Amino acid sequence: MLDISVSYNRYKFLGNEFLTWLWYVIENDPERIERSEKELISLEIGNRIVLENTRKNALETITIRGDDAGLEEGILALRKGALVIELNLFYKSGDQEWYFTIKGESLNISSLKLPHTGKIETHKDLEGIVIEKAYLINKVIQSIDNLFKQFIKSRVSTDWIEKVVPLIRQWIYS
Amino acid sequence: MSLLSSTVSITRYRVEGKVEEPVLETIADRLKRNAITEIDNDVSEKVVGWTCFDTPFEPDFGGSSFVIGTYIVFSLRIDKKIIPPKIIKKHYTIEMAKRLAETGRQYLSRNEKKMIKEHVINVLILRIPATPSIYDMIWDYENSSLLFFSNLKSANEELETLFSESFNLSLIRLFPYTTADRMMGLSDMDRDVLSKLSPIKFTE
Repeated sequence: MLDISVSYNRYKFLGNEFLTWLWYVIENDPERIERSEKELISLEIGNRIVLENTRKNALETITIRGDDAGLEEGILALRKGALVIELNLFYKSGDQEWYFTIKGESLNISSLKLPHTGKIETHKDLEGIVIEKAYLINKVIQSIDNLFKQFIKSRVSTDWIEKVVPLIRQWIYS
Repeated sequence: MSLLSSTVSITRYRVEGKVEEPVLETIADRLKRNAITEIDNDVSEKVVGWTCFDTPFEPDFGGSSFVIGTYIVFSLRIDKKIIPPKIIKKHYTIEMAKRLAETGRQYLSRNEKKMIKEHVINVLILRIPATPSIYDMIWDYENSSLLFFSNLKSANEELETLFSESFNLSLIRLFPYTTADRMMGLSDMDRDVLSKLSPIKFTE
């Protein structure tokens, strides 16, 4: 088995490819997400995308932020060979909403804002809220895992080169 | 970072192995043995230990206080004494002047200066209280998963070390490769393909 730090660095491109694929799926194939998530109402790009281009021996980082920011510059960066390295997402299930950011290289979740939970007045309330928060966190983690599973199953199959990459290319250059 | 904050950051882990039976007693014992200790009147600059999620400044792992529902909930506490460099410089300068006056010399050797600086830091460390940083975690023992509420590299490294020392279990950080290799139910053949993957170009 590979050393953990070696595998972190060697395969961090997988996380960036996953986020790039996810952006493509959200924009072009939302039914795919809905099929995997019965309770999902929507999964949308939030208010921040960070892309990185490491080709031609130079490091270029492009950050697009703002609630109504146009994503054309992001597409342009993809055309130049960049990949998404950080993606802010808005997830809605039932009448509950989650906002969070995923980082490609680590799959770490940051700035996770959960749906509203009750107030803590007694120790019993604290226990209830911890259980509720754990449930809400696990729900979003489960969704990310479902999406990552779809990505990785495709990534290790011949479908990736034969079907997925051409479709993503078509989107980038359309 | 607190689990109860309005926004949280999460690093995910897989826990490899199981503790000795009876599980809760073993966990309580290891938490007590590795609980945070106070260093406010001590020369130590830093201490790392476990503390309670609901009473982080009075750790008490008695009973099953760390069990909430099916989860084990507790916190990592890192206490660090941070002396502002300007305070060190002030006391160092005063101490140097005092030593020069006592010896009637105009200069001190490099070694003497070093010893004065160490003395000043040791004296200040005793007077400065430690600043605590608390990071919560939820351990789902049955499902061998742990959520750590921080993405800070230093806090994650302290967690991995203390967890391994306390419970004799490994924490495997879940990043793209480990998630794909261990959590996605890939066949042996797919895992072999995974290990040979290289970056793809989406550009033409």
